[in-house]
Amino acid sequence: MNRARTGRLGILGWAYAGRFGVERYAYLLHRITGLGILAYFLLHVFVTSSRALGQGAWESVMGFLNKPVFRFGEFLVYVAFAYHALNGVRLILGELGFTLGRPGRPVYPYPVAHRRQRPLFLALMILSAALIVAGGWDFFVLGH
Amino acid sequence: MREATLWTLHLAAGIVILVLLAVHMGIMHLEDILAAMGTGYPDPLSWTSVVVRSKKLLFTVAYVLLLGTALYHGLYGLRNILLELNPGRVAARVIQWLVLALGISLFVLGTVAAIVAYVR
Repeated sequence: MNRARTGRLGILGWAYAGRFGVERYAYLLHRITGLGILAYFLLHVFVTSSRALGQGAWESVMGFLNKPVFRFGEFLVYVAFAYHALNGVRLILGELGFTLGRPGRPVYPYPVAHRRQRPLFLALMILSAALIVAGGWDFFVLGH
Repeated sequence: MREATLWTLHLAAGIVILVLLAVHMGIMHLEDILAAMGTGYPDPLSWTSVVVRSKKLLFTVAYVLLLGTALYHGLYGLRNILLELNPGRVAARVIQWLVLALGISLFVLGTVAAIVAYVR
């Protein structure tokens, strides 16, 4: 039996289960960035809690993390945040009904909510790209 | 709690995080750009900067609020992703309790650290 028909494609179904619009790939990226940010965040709570142990503990932890590989990882978290936050704005607006449009007669070509909110999606992605460029400039050019 | 309530809290937490994390990312990662615009707030990871922020009540309250909302939002999302993969009944219960225990213990750790850094 076709596995897509059972509704149990599992993780593979996130990426492909038929013809997807761009929003479906936005959803996939939203999940991946969400899981990545969560993994970082759980460790981040431990790392930053070391400030309660005083200057020595804080500076030894920060010294350990001051390596190019961790700096690059931090930048990836920043990129994931810029995407997840702005795509999340679109999702919440949609969830609350703002981007769905008014109900109307189904006259061809049918008005589709996805098409209606796509300019918003595009605007948010441009904003997200701008934030990523600004962050990359701060991370790698200005050098902190 | 009803699933619909948990989901609404997930959205509400997302909005709180959007505001607080934007400030956090600005302070931590756009610091040179902001400093060039005249905030006078470079090197946010130095011990001196950490102490300055830790001693402010507003920062401490914001830390704890961001900690709670981010843990809830992230772990609820993780739980949804895991439950969506159709685990068995026992596995689903284990996932729920593990996620809850992880969230509560990290919240306690982070809050204690924020309070210790504030009062010291």
